Amino acid sequence: MNEKQHPRIRELKFTLHRIFKNPSAIIGFSLLFIFVAVAVLAPYIAPPKYAHNPYMMPHKGYSQTPKPPSSSNIFGTTSGQYDIFYGAVWGTRTAFKIGMFVIGFALIIGVSLGIISGFYGGIIDEVIMRMVDIIFAVPLLVLTMAIVVAFGRGLDKVMIALALVKWRDYVRVMRSSILTLRELDYVQAARVMGVSNFTIMRKHILPNGIYPVLVMASMDIGSMVIVAAFMSFIGLGAPKGYADWGQMVALARNYIVGPVDDPLKYWHAIAIPGACIVLFVLAWNLIGDALRDAFDPKQRRR
Amino acid sequence: MTTYIIRRFLFLAFVLFGVSVLIFSILMTFSPERRAMAYVKSPQQVKDLPIIVKQLGLDDPFHVQYVRWIRQVASGNWGYSFVAAMPVWDAFWYYFPITLELNLYTIPIIIIFGIWLGTVSGIHRDTWIDHSTRIFAIVGWSLPTFLFALIILMFFYGYFNVFPPGIIDDGFNVWIRENPDEFKRYTYLYTIDGLLNGRLDITRDAISRLVMPVFTQVVVIVAILLRVMRSSMIEEISKDYIITALAKGADYHTMYFKHARKNALIPVVTVAGWLAAYSMEGSIAVEYIFNRQGIGWWLANAAISLDLPVLMGICLFFGLVYVIINLVLDILYAYIDPRIRLN
Repeated sequence: MNEKQHPRIRELKFTLHRIFKNPSAIIGFSLLFIFVAVAVLAPYIAPPKYAHNPYMMPHKGYSQTPKPPSSSNIFGTTSGQYDIFYGAVWGTRTAFKIGMFVIGFALIIGVSLGIISGFYGGIIDEVIMRMVDIIFAVPLLVLTMAIVVAFGRGLDKVMIALALVKWRDYVRVMRSSILTLRELDYVQAARVMGVSNFTIMRKHILPNGIYPVLVMASMDIGSMVIVAAFMSFIGLGAPKGYADWGQMVALARNYIVGPVDDPLKYWHAIAIPGACIVLFVLAWNLIGDALRDAFDPKQRRR
Repeated sequence: MTTYIIRRFLFLAFVLFGVSVLIFSILMTFSPERRAMAYVKSPQQVKDLPIIVKQLGLDDPFHVQYVRWIRQVASGNWGYSFVAAMPVWDAFWYYFPITLELNLYTIPIIIIFGIWLGTVSGIHRDTWIDHSTRIFAIVGWSLPTFLFALIILMFFYGYFNVFPPGIIDDGFNVWIRENPDEFKRYTYLYTIDGLLNGRLDITRDAISRLVMPVFTQVVVIVAILLRVMRSSMIEEISKDYIITALAKGADYHTMYFKHARKNALIPVVTVAGWLAAYSMEGSIAVEYIFNRQGIGWWLANAAISLDLPVLMGICLFFGLVYVIINLVLDILYAYIDPRIRLN
């Protein structure tokens, strides 16, 4: 019965089977599922106070000192009396927006340039890869900071800057994966049979060569959220009061050490948004780890 | 081998040129007046901005300005930093030893710890040792450096009140500045200068302030090395020569730790470049949180207060460091693995 299925579907089933045998994938996908649910249901879980701008956290009063959890603020409030629960819920949407936009944009540029570079070779390859070498020479965080300063502050600017830097990673991976595939017999055979370059690329090379890039991209979603959180933390990203986890950590920064008799008094103000970032990143890293094991041809059939 | 090294040097020059063009293009997105600030040497000169724009020709075409800028950079005029309140070039040498000291302790610990954990994890594949190491690695890698640093600070400084932040005790700092004869700054690294001057109390204070930053960096970054070392080790110990030797009764310990590990280290050299890049990136968050006035702290504060010359200078500096590290690694790699240099 198995033989009647299309080989690609059979292979997909085998891959899915391998992925879900891995405990880290189960934990990763469960965490991700929770985050997706929270992001989608955000307006019901934490109804926005300002309908025109739901990403601004509601706050009662202006007192600088964070307040512990109470019945009206179940996670307590952070500096400026912003409700931590609301920020944690809507921050999930912000995190998805950052991760999806940056990685999506970087993937489109990186994968297309990688394909062009790997498939055509020659002078085109040389120009693209030397460009990548140059951008690679400056660490991501440093270059992003420079671009954000040039463009001006704001979460959208941080996202654009990250996307403008991040694509460099995917070009290299996509290109090397294509260089390997290009020499394989089945691609040569297709070429001899007169299949056009575009069709070879679309039907025979891309479906097989994209896996290493996807594995990398799934782990990068987490690291992009970390970088954006740091930018918001130092004040280059989301404005004050915006539902962004990094910005919420920044609000709590001066309260990491409480009064002398109770040094951990304000732990919740930093631990809750902090835990959100870590769990979100962990979810993507666990998924990436499991995908890598599942797609690794060396380990696949063992 | 010689042609290989020459080729790498040409590549180095090319990348540096590219980085400088890239950075200059970012700089050029600012208005001429905004850029004129970069050439102001003292706060009093700010009111003469339009004259400076004219004098320096900041509305000239791109290539003219680029050549002029590169000449100035080459002659050491990198502009004035408001954050540091001194010229960028001087400020750089003021902040650099602090970052160097942090990374001098961090990188060797990461390398030793990462190779050791990776080897053990690879040899004991799929046992509880392997699983716990991998969990440690993946959780460590998921921790944002700045957040982890804050939490470390909260517990060790706030709760237990050990390991204070900063670089050196204020009392020592003042004393060192006022007594340059008694405390000679041989290296500008407090831990080493303390030893050389026979002031163990200063060394001890400096080390106690390094514990939290180094620990933070190691926990976050060690995962990269660990992961590569583990998979490389797994591949190596399943090779025929190891299996044959073991079947003939060779000693496990010698085979794994002497023969297999040596060969497994080759791919690890390739990630050493990333390691350096991550360590430099991590220094930004670590120095910012632990209040260590190094390059990273300077960069973060320059970005907040739009101190352009600093951003440009540090981008160039990081580009230079990255290119040199990669040059060294490439040569090292070619030296270890003859297949590379002959290709």
